[in-house]
Order: sequence, then structure tokens, then C-alpha cells
Amino acid sequence: MITLSPRKTIPLQLTLLTPVVAIALTLVIGAIIFATLGYHPGEALYQFFVAPISRPDQVADLFVKACPLIIIASGLVFAYRANVWNIGAEGQMILGAMFGGWVALTFPDLSGWVMMPAMIAMGMLGGFLWAMIPAILKTRFNTNEILVSLMLTYVAALLIDWTVRGPWRDPMSFGFPLSPMYADAALITRVYLPGFGHLGGLHWGVIGALVIAVAAWFVLARTLTGFQVKVMGDAPRAGRFAGFNPSLVTIMVLGISGAAAGLAGMVEVSANMGQLQPEISFGYGFTAIIVAFLARLNPLAVIGAGLIVALAELGGDSAQIALGMPKVVTGVFKGILLFMLLAGETFNRFHVRLKMPVTAVREVSDA
Amino acid sequence: MLEQLLLTVLMTSVPLIFAATGELVAERSGVLNLGVEGMMLMGAVAAFATAFGTGNIWLAIIVGGLAGALTGGVFALFALGFATNQVATGLALTIFGTGLSGLVGAPLVGHAIDGLPQITIPVLSNLPFVGALLFSLDPMAYLAVALLAGVAWFLKRTRGGLVLRAVGDNHDSAHALGYSVLRVRLLAVLFGGMMAGLGGAYLPLMLTPHWAEGMTAGRGWIALALVVFASWLPWRVLVGALIFGGITIMQLAGQARGWTVPSQFLSMLPYLATIAVLVVISRNREFSLANFPSCLGRVFHAGK
Repeated sequence: MITLSPRKTIPLQLTLLTPVVAIALTLVIGAIIFATLGYHPGEALYQFFVAPISRPDQVADLFVKACPLIIIASGLVFAYRANVWNIGAEGQMILGAMFGGWVALTFPDLSGWVMMPAMIAMGMLGGFLWAMIPAILKTRFNTNEILVSLMLTYVAALLIDWTVRGPWRDPMSFGFPLSPMYADAALITRVYLPGFGHLGGLHWGVIGALVIAVAAWFVLARTLTGFQVKVMGDAPRAGRFAGFNPSLVTIMVLGISGAAAGLAGMVEVSANMGQLQPEISFGYGFTAIIVAFLARLNPLAVIGAGLIVALAELGGDSAQIALGMPKVVTGVFKGILLFMLLAGETFNRFHVRLKMPVTAVREVSDA
Repeated sequence: MLEQLLLTVLMTSVPLIFAATGELVAERSGVLNLGVEGMMLMGAVAAFATAFGTGNIWLAIIVGGLAGALTGGVFALFALGFATNQVATGLALTIFGTGLSGLVGAPLVGHAIDGLPQITIPVLSNLPFVGALLFSLDPMAYLAVALLAGVAWFLKRTRGGLVLRAVGDNHDSAHALGYSVLRVRLLAVLFGGMMAGLGGAYLPLMLTPHWAEGMTAGRGWIALALVVFASWLPWRVLVGALIFGGITIMQLAGQARGWTVPSQFLSMLPYLATIAVLVVISRNREFSLANFPSCLGRVFHAGK
């Protein structure tokens, strides 16, 4: 029997320690699971968390992998802070990629200065509009946003599948489900350091992601908009007394998180693929949920959290190659990590004690 | 032909009946477990592994249910024991279950098993049309409906069901009356897990006799939507599951017959229908919230 009694104040060191302990416990539990399944736990953990970043250019690739996670999680933080559960970022990301792709494929002759802003705007619009569906259904009809946003993810995946096999398929692709390649102006270029050259696959989108995280922090921490979001999440009644409109906040946070996810989708395709294909995301929209929680819903911390989770993603690839593990094993880590983080939250807010059931029964009968 | 089609509709709805009935019980006790998809996958992989290893389908069904309950136990440990946010914990369970089932099932990909034979009820199954449809199904289909009936009876007619609903409607009052809120919820979550596990087990044992990563393909989420559709009343789960089974089969049949609509749009139908149904149901608040457990998703801890 676990008993919880609320803490009066939360010690700062506990707040900082929680994510560290959560990660450590995740590694221990992961090692136990690997050992149970007959893998060498040390070797598995090495392949997961050390091998992917053993060279400088690999560290740059870690940032590339973290890029969509940071962008999406920066937006999700708004929704979750307001207690609005957008779990359809994956679908919003796909729509962003498609809207951005529409610009690149329909107007291939635009100059770079027009092309890139147009793609960014359309990418954000795509994700925004897709998120407006659950937002409007929630505010108008009280429909559950969790289920709607999730169902729309399946719809989005089928939609992009159709476009690259149907109307947008490259006639020169020999029947492969791929759109034509984007023009050069529609591609996000790699960062070039004078005197050093390229650093792995590091592209300008990564720089953009860092800027977005900082901007998200600023809006959330320093503006009235951010204040409204937090109040509606923590004390909706107080928010209503203050004259905040709950429906408007719901629409706003779904819009922000959708636009961010859409942007991430557009950037991912433009920087790493150069053309639309049936699968553009590999679950980033879901993984970003964990990033947001690992960051304890703080956009600045999203950067670090994005890098840590990206490491687990790269680790999945490396474990697949070196040990023949299926790619989904990353999900085991991600799931456990989220469990540990949530439990850590409890240890922050409560004194947690383990009691024998006998004592608990006596307490009830005393009462 | 039509009989065959309707039979596949029934079979498609069986996993939904299992999973949604289980989730309904958990939700009536006040617990929102979004991990249905993960629990179904764990049930599916455990059942398939057992059937493949031992050749005993009955054992496989039991193991599938146990695996689901065990996965539900993980949810209970965090959401009830540590009073964590139920939405996030459920998501974690789905991510975890999807990953672990894929890891455990990796060596099983590409193998096939023999499913269970149908049970033909004498005399009744000779009836024209309905006979073939209703009285010669597989045993798990009967089990699903029997468990659904049991749950409907339990919730409405028994003292235990009353306690469970009380805990879901007002956990503070139930606690004050001396009922152990957490124990009731633990049992409800474990039952929900077992049902999700059985629903998952149905997929590789009966529907498609092989294991594939993520083979539930969103059925866990549709089961969650079905509970809302059913407005938390058991028998409506059956109606909803049959509708969704029908839509799924309709689009598959449409694809097979080469309807001019691209297949992707047909495949969207079950998901779009889910959204449409959710909107229609939740528009009418009186109808949709009449049996809504007021404490759904709210954390309870005794020491406040």
C-alpha cells in the first residue's frame, strides 16, 4: 500500500533531481528487460546511449534528430499547460509537410526569398488547420479532443499516402510512391561553418528549433497569453472569474501546438528528404509528448529533453544494426521514461510512504 | 455471400466488444485508461506466442487475458499507487506496450498458427441465415457477449456494481462511507486490462492467424471512443462495436470490388466515422453525460 501526503513546499533540489533519477531508473529497468530477453544488458545500453554519439558529426546528427521533437514539444507545452490534450501532433506534422510540399511542388520556380517563407507559413497553416478540427469540435460540441486528434492522425497518414501514390507522384519515379524532388530553393541547407565545413547533417532548421523553444519560453513565461494558458490549466475557475475565455484558450493552444507540429513536418521533409514520401515522421508527434513531459512542460528545458530522447531514437537504430533488435524497442525506453517522470512528479508533490496493508486496514476501521 | 460478409462483421467487432467493455468498467470506477492499445498488443503477442509454442489455443486465450491484466497492473501502479496524471500514464502505457510487444514478438513474425474451430450449436445452427450467423461462431465471440452481459448485470443489479459506480461518481463520499476507493479501482483496471488482453488475443488467434507489430491498428483507441459512444452503458457497446465492424468490413469489401474511390479514403472511414459519432453523441449533453462517471480521470489519494 502506497500512502501519499502532500508536501507544503517543494524543495528545489528535488525538482532538479527528478528527471535525473527518472532517467537513471529507466536505464536500470531497461537493462533488466534486455537481460530477461536474452540480450547482454551492458552491450545493449552501450549501443543505445553511447555508440550513437561517439564522433563529433554524430553529435550534430543528434541535434538533427532532436529538431522536430524540440519544435513539436515547444508547441505541445502550451496545450498541456492549459490541460488540453492534443495527442495528434503526428497528424498535424504530416499536414504541415503536405502544405509545405504543395508550395514547393506547385511553384518550383520561386526564388529562395519567397519560397522559404511561403513554405514556413503554409507548413504552419497546415498543422494549424488540422488542429482546428479537434479545437472547434471541442469548443462547439464538447467532443473529446484526445480521441479526435488521435483519429485524425490515422486520417492524415492515409491522406499523404494517397497524394504520393496518386496526384503528386513523380511520373519519373518508376512507380515508387514519391513526389518529385523539391527545387533547390525549397530545400533547407546544411549549416556551413567557415574554415570547418559542414558538421554532420546539421541544418538551419535546427537553429530555428532552438529559436522557437526560446520564443515559446518567452511567450509562456512573460506574456499575458502565456499567463492565460497557465491559469486555465491550473485554476480554470479563477481564470473564468478573471474574464479569460476558456474556449478561446482551448482554440489558441491547439492552434499553437498544431502550427508548431506543422512547421516541424515541413522542416523535416525540406531538410532531410527533399521530397514527399508515404512516411515522413516515424512517430515524432508521439515522441514529442514524452519530450514535453521530460522537460516538465518548460519550453527551455525542451531543448535538453529533446536531445536526450533523440539519443534514445538514434540508439534504437544503432541497436537494430548491431544487435538485431526491432526498432520498436525504443518505445520500451520511451514508455518507461514517461512512467518514471510521472511518478517523479508525485514524489515532488507528496511524501510517499510504503505501508503494510494491515496498517491501512486498521486505519480505515479506526476512522 | 451476404452471410459470409455479416459473419466477418461480427468477427471484426469481437475485439472491440472485449476492449470497450473492459474500459467501460474501468471508467465507471472513475479511471480513464488510455493504454487500451498497449494492453491489447500485449495480450495479442502473449496469446500468439503461447499458441505458437504450445499449440494450445485455450491456454493462449488465458495467457492473453493475463498479459492484458498484468499490463493494466502497471497502469494501476502508477495512476493509482502514485496518483499520476491518468491521461499521460495511459499514453505511456500505450507507448510501452507497443514497444514491448514488438520486442517480444520479433522472433514470431512470419509464423502462422491454426485458429480455433467454430462452435456449432446443434439445431439452432440449422436455422436458415441466422443459424449460420449467430449459432456457429468461434468460442471467443460467445465469451465476449457473455462477459458483456455479465458486466451489464453486475453494474446494474449487484451491490458490487453499485459500489463501483459510487466510487466513480464521487470518490470522496465513497471513501467517507468506508469503501476502499483504490482497491475498487485497482480491480476495475485489472479487469479492463484482462478484457483488452482478450480483445488483443482475438486478433492473432482468430482474425488473422499471425503476429505483426502494432497489429491492433488503432482498435484500442476506437474502443475508447466506443465507451463514449455507449455513453457508459454496456449494451450500447455491442451496438457501437457492430457499427464499427460493419464500417470496417464495408470499406474492405469496397476495396476488394474496386470501387472508384481511392483505397486510402475507404480506409479512413472507420476513423472518420468515429469522429462523426463522437460529435453526434457529445452534442447532446443530457444524453451523453447521463451516466458519465463524475470522477473520471480525477486523482484520488486518501491522505489529504
